[in-house]
Amino acid sequence: MNISTLDKSFAMQMSRDELLRAYRTMIEIRAFDERIEKDFAAGKIPGFGHVYLGAEAIAAGACHDLAADDYIASTHRGHGHCIAKGCDLEGMMLEIFGKAGGICGGKGGSMHIADFDKGMLGANAIVGGSPPIVVGAALNQKIRKTGKVAVAFAGDGASNQGTTFEAMNMAVVLQVPAIFVIENNGFGEHTASSYSVGAESIAARAAAFGMPAEQIDGVDFFAVRESMLKALERARTGGGPTTIEMKVPRYLGHYIGDPQAYRTPAELKAARAIDPLVTFREKVVSAGLLDAETFAVIDLETYARVEAAAEKALEAPYPDPSALERDVYISY
Amino acid sequence: MAKKTYLQAIAEALRLEMRRDPNVFLIGEDIAGGAGTDHRGSVGGIFGLTSGFIEEFGADRVIDTPISESAIIGAANGAAITGMRPVAELMFVDFVGVCLDQIFNQAAKFRYMFGGKAKCPLVIRAPIGGGLRAGAQHSATLHPLFTMFPGLKVVMPSNPYDAKGLLIEAIRNDDPVIFLEHKLLYGMEADVPDEAYCIPFGEADFVREGDDVTLVAFSAMVPRAVEVADRLEREGISVEVIDPRTTSPLDKGAILESVERTGRLVIVDESPPRCSMASDIAGIVAQEGFAFLKAPIEAVTCPHTSSPFSPSLEDAYMPSVERIEAAVRKAHAYRAAA
Repeated sequence: MNISTLDKSFAMQMSRDELLRAYRTMIEIRAFDERIEKDFAAGKIPGFGHVYLGAEAIAAGACHDLAADDYIASTHRGHGHCIAKGCDLEGMMLEIFGKAGGICGGKGGSMHIADFDKGMLGANAIVGGSPPIVVGAALNQKIRKTGKVAVAFAGDGASNQGTTFEAMNMAVVLQVPAIFVIENNGFGEHTASSYSVGAESIAARAAAFGMPAEQIDGVDFFAVRESMLKALERARTGGGPTTIEMKVPRYLGHYIGDPQAYRTPAELKAARAIDPLVTFREKVVSAGLLDAETFAVIDLETYARVEAAAEKALEAPYPDPSALERDVYISY
Repeated sequence: MAKKTYLQAIAEALRLEMRRDPNVFLIGEDIAGGAGTDHRGSVGGIFGLTSGFIEEFGADRVIDTPISESAIIGAANGAAITGMRPVAELMFVDFVGVCLDQIFNQAAKFRYMFGGKAKCPLVIRAPIGGGLRAGAQHSATLHPLFTMFPGLKVVMPSNPYDAKGLLIEAIRNDDPVIFLEHKLLYGMEADVPDEAYCIPFGEADFVREGDDVTLVAFSAMVPRAVEVADRLEREGISVEVIDPRTTSPLDKGAILESVERTGRLVIVDESPPRCSMASDIAGIVAQEGFAFLKAPIEAVTCPHTSSPFSPSLEDAYMPSVERIEAAVRKAHAYRAAA
């Protein structure tokens, strides 16, 4: 069986509603981060911005079969994970613009979006910050025998952090229901992963810690979901942790505005040509599961919703300075 | 009520809270010991403090880890923000160097940076301090480091009674707490009630009342301060000894109130002098109690060096009873030029 036959048969197993849900997540991420990119570049958003463009299939595929009370923890490039886990679009937009009513009251910003009620334990601006935390969220599930899982999203850069090594080893030692999703977009900031990852692959290195690990195509929603389903089954039945290395393109620089002198125009063009949304649509349409018109309607509706959220955020007031010293502690 | 050591009082606090609340668990290196051998539970922590715990609570609640401090504190964070009450142990506080990110960038900031939605009821226990000839990398106190981070609470018990009550408060508290146990105090004995009780944070203990000089001390420096107060009392110098018990929150009201009466302040801090609790408290009193002062503030600290190994050097490094006494005498004798 070749890969495309496998994907097609796997896609066939999804209901129309499931396929629509998956696509909506991806297009929401695409529309959201395109708008964020535009407003950052125009100087309308303060601080730093890192967008998820090109990796939409990973967040959507990895979160597709998670329940609200399964946990994820994310990275500095976390908008996609937040959306896929169900964080409120308007609240995220307000937060990224630093406005009142933001999901974290404007105290977090792009790199610190969290919504614990949705099982979203936070974007994390420290590279390698999330994997140890996910081991603990998973340890909780093991101790309380809940059958829930915790997923750490991390990049190829984080895969080189000692904190990630420690987390992977401890997840194996304690046999916790953790899944490490390593998004290998080819660059840790401005340094190629082909230079910075000493091992043959990140998956090979994870396997050396003693857990099942594989490298897959992170552009293909169905490949992501299928690999995640195996990891989820393992985690939920006491089989311990898994690592999945997912290769994806990075459409933009490390941050919005990064001139990317380290990539040639041809390389950038090639990266842009690999599109997880196009891949998804082509597969589903060619399999006769949904038609192109359906996608076009969703696209229009989604872009309009994102535009409305952004316009609302632009007009919203900044938080009142009286909030400055609030919420350092629970009790003082 | 029975006589218990500081170490036994801490163990009792842990045991009582683990019996009371199934969400409380311990995680650290060798806290049971013997994992992977036929002698599980043979160690009970490097000081034997958690001896017998794995037998009572099982391996799911007394979790021995690899030597991976970032993963230990990170896992404790992850468990805390998802509803448990982990008590993590750093074998020595000095090892915070390999996990500080999980403390100051993660635990301390969750609540604030997520807009008040996160709750991280984490306790990190760590032995601190000199006197055991343990050398430069096993002798630090580091309380000023933790104290500078908003979002952390920092506890430094100076006796068995406080150790038990403050640790139970730490475990029940919903904020991340750094609980610093002085190695020199583990053998100290005192009356400690058998039942559970809490001592609130941010309330200083007036260990000795006095009128002439205010002497502020923390942790293992408190017994030394009391010894000085006892010595000077025989000469008619009345020394008030204040143990703030927590450096964050700090009961600055108690210190200012005392200095208002005595006009003279000496701070003893087992720490290098720069950015220490001594300099912090001196700064607070200079800003908020300047008019009370009848003499320059005296600070008795370690020198600006790492902890030395040799007994002769380490004895000179730590604030001694003699140095504290000399500082109190100096503050007491000072008279402003007419």
